[in-house]
Amino acid sequence: MAARTFPLGGVHPPDQKHLSAAKPVEPAPLPDLLVVPLSQHIGAPARPVVKKGDRVLAGQAIGEAVGFVSVPVHAPTSGKVLRVEPAPHPLGPPQPAVVIEPDGEDRWADDLEPPTDPHGADPDEIRQRIQAAGIVGMGGATFPTHVKLSPPPEVKIDTVILNGVECEPYLTADHRLMLEEPDRILAGLRVILSVFGLDKGYIGIEENKPDAIELLGRKAREQGFAEVVPLAVKYPQGAEKQLIKAITGREVPSGQLPMAVGAVVQNVGTAAAIWDAVSAGRPLVERITTVTGEGVAEPRNLRVRIGTPVRHLIELAGGLRGEPGKLILGGPMMGIAHHDPDVPAVKGTSGVLLLPRDRVRTAPEGPCIRCGRCVDACPMGLAPTILRTLIAHEMVAEADEWNALDCIECGSCSFVCPAAIPLVQAIRYAKGRVMARRRKGG
Amino acid sequence: MIPAVGVLGLLGLLAALGLAVASLRFRVEVDPRVEQIEGVLPGVNCGACGYAGCSALAQALVEGEAAPTACIPGGGDVAQAVAGILGVDAGETVQRVAVVHCKGSPDVAPDRGRYAGIPDCRAATLVGGGPKRCAYGCMGLGSCERACPFDAIHVGPDRLAHVDREKCTGCGACVEACPKRIIDLVPADRLVYIRCTNPHRGKAVKAVCSVGCIGCRRCEKTCPFGAISLDRDLARIDPEKCTSCGLCATVCPTSTIDDLVEVRHRARIDEDACIGCTKCAKVCPVDAIAGERKQPHRVDPEKCIACSQCTEACPVNAIHEGEPLVRGQGEAA
Repeated sequence: MAARTFPLGGVHPPDQKHLSAAKPVEPAPLPDLLVVPLSQHIGAPARPVVKKGDRVLAGQAIGEAVGFVSVPVHAPTSGKVLRVEPAPHPLGPPQPAVVIEPDGEDRWADDLEPPTDPHGADPDEIRQRIQAAGIVGMGGATFPTHVKLSPPPEVKIDTVILNGVECEPYLTADHRLMLEEPDRILAGLRVILSVFGLDKGYIGIEENKPDAIELLGRKAREQGFAEVVPLAVKYPQGAEKQLIKAITGREVPSGQLPMAVGAVVQNVGTAAAIWDAVSAGRPLVERITTVTGEGVAEPRNLRVRIGTPVRHLIELAGGLRGEPGKLILGGPMMGIAHHDPDVPAVKGTSGVLLLPRDRVRTAPEGPCIRCGRCVDACPMGLAPTILRTLIAHEMVAEADEWNALDCIECGSCSFVCPAAIPLVQAIRYAKGRVMARRRKGG
Repeated sequence: MIPAVGVLGLLGLLAALGLAVASLRFRVEVDPRVEQIEGVLPGVNCGACGYAGCSALAQALVEGEAAPTACIPGGGDVAQAVAGILGVDAGETVQRVAVVHCKGSPDVAPDRGRYAGIPDCRAATLVGGGPKRCAYGCMGLGSCERACPFDAIHVGPDRLAHVDREKCTGCGACVEACPKRIIDLVPADRLVYIRCTNPHRGKAVKAVCSVGCIGCRRCEKTCPFGAISLDRDLARIDPEKCTSCGLCATVCPTSTIDDLVEVRHRARIDEDACIGCTKCAKVCPVDAIAGERKQPHRVDPEKCIACSQCTEACPVNAIHEGEPLVRGQGEAA
């Protein structure tokens, strides 16, 4: 039987995972300075609760959540707060951050929440601990996890899926986590299942990771509450809606969230972080990041403290190889290009990708030849070229009718376009205009 | 042949009768003033009034929903004409023009990376806030230029937007289009501007642009009218208080302040006409006017900053333009 996948569209970019897939995760030594942004999640930025000169301990909250869709931020190690001010941020313009000078002792706060019985805890207590630990979706979207675990009462969740697909080329962080710490992932899954009162969950893994499928599959069978689903290798298999379709056959309706079909998807890294938070009260202060690309000397998988400047990570990967062409935080398809190596790795930084100049496509944009490849590639069944034409003429209402808001910004259309048209950017722009128009009630 | 002509003729007659009856019975009453007002409106359908176009505004004016001054590009003349048609008082209109508050061309405010996406400011902003190192500066990709219905704003070779003050009507389309919010509408007779919107501390501004406002407060201290205040670390001019005297531009260490006045003239009091009312001496911010009550007053040309406040205050129009005042940049008064 052919492995399951999603039916519409999809592309096969060269995955380049061989650069780092076999490299075990190594802890990254602490840098001289940690730059911890107060906004590392979707939602309201955290409010700083430390000031210049304060001494902080690892795991101590340095920013508190503002409202429900927000999470706190914690000190990644012990040290001194040098300043609280705007600093380079992975999403673009500088944003407020707490800059910490590590004291090298890495002393942990001893007032972390005490361990509880992780499998007997009340769902509300679990959600509260997850928020207090600052956990967000670690696949890259950084949506606060406790919000995803709090569906409205009328919604019945019957399917929990862990996302171990890692369909972005180059990245191997989730792959290494699944190989090296399968028990943390499974324990986290069990906690998520208990929130919804379910007794079985799924783990989706692409077939290009047979070792992870074998290991997690065996452990899952032993423990009985999980099933590993091997998935065909096709980008964007790891996108939430595509993953749900492949595993359950259900299609999330246009404009709705996965909970509309009773599903909740969490990244495997998030599940591991949930386990740490619920079982030991340990906040999210580190993650696995793949530092890779043909532009670094020795690609590696590193266990990185949040706030470590990317420059430090590149040095740990042996420094630059060749003339750098592009620095991307995340994977090449959905990651964000950056100009400044002083930008810090944050909770959502699954990869640091350096491409040498000769691997960066810089073809000028050509005219659309109506080849339709973008339409074939779109996993959401949209018509990227039409959306792009509409928004080029500021036809916002029509872009809305052509379902611009359903775009998941996976980049498949831009990847296949022979005319090098920045289709995703055009559609992102269209989405912004459509949302502004809807807010106005137009 | 004849019957065919007869039948068709009859059919035509019937149809004509039907149309004639319908045009009388189903006539839509249109206020003739709507058409008159449409005639005086500019007819560019820019939307600055908030209505769907000039026709919709004309309708709203007749229905009393919109004020005669609603047409911003039309300015005072159109307001007067509309008020005349409606038989109401037009009220005051202030002509405004768009001002681009950034002068960070690439030589003084460099890019941080190469941007190869859609050549539009709003699209570029989606890519990490845009290619410019200063997150507040003009990217020069021309969203304002394309939004302007009057061809009054253009991106120059210095990759900055420039307003053609002759053509600008103050409709505000560019203000809406600019994702960095660096364009605003200022009364047209104010001619001194702080051309920066970066609110950060001096060090952070210096790191991204050499002509940005560093928040040194020298302009605030120099302004004789208290028209400049600091919002975070960015100087702002209150157009209500500003007299365009230009003193601030002479002290600004980063040349962030632009002074568009070409020639200023010191005040000169016509001693024959002066009635010695002392009003000029009271408004002079630099105590350049002296004189006894009921006696002709005199201006000290060394002190006069050519702010023209006395000219406006004089009840008998006795104050005229005197010697031109020449000030160089950095020459503090």
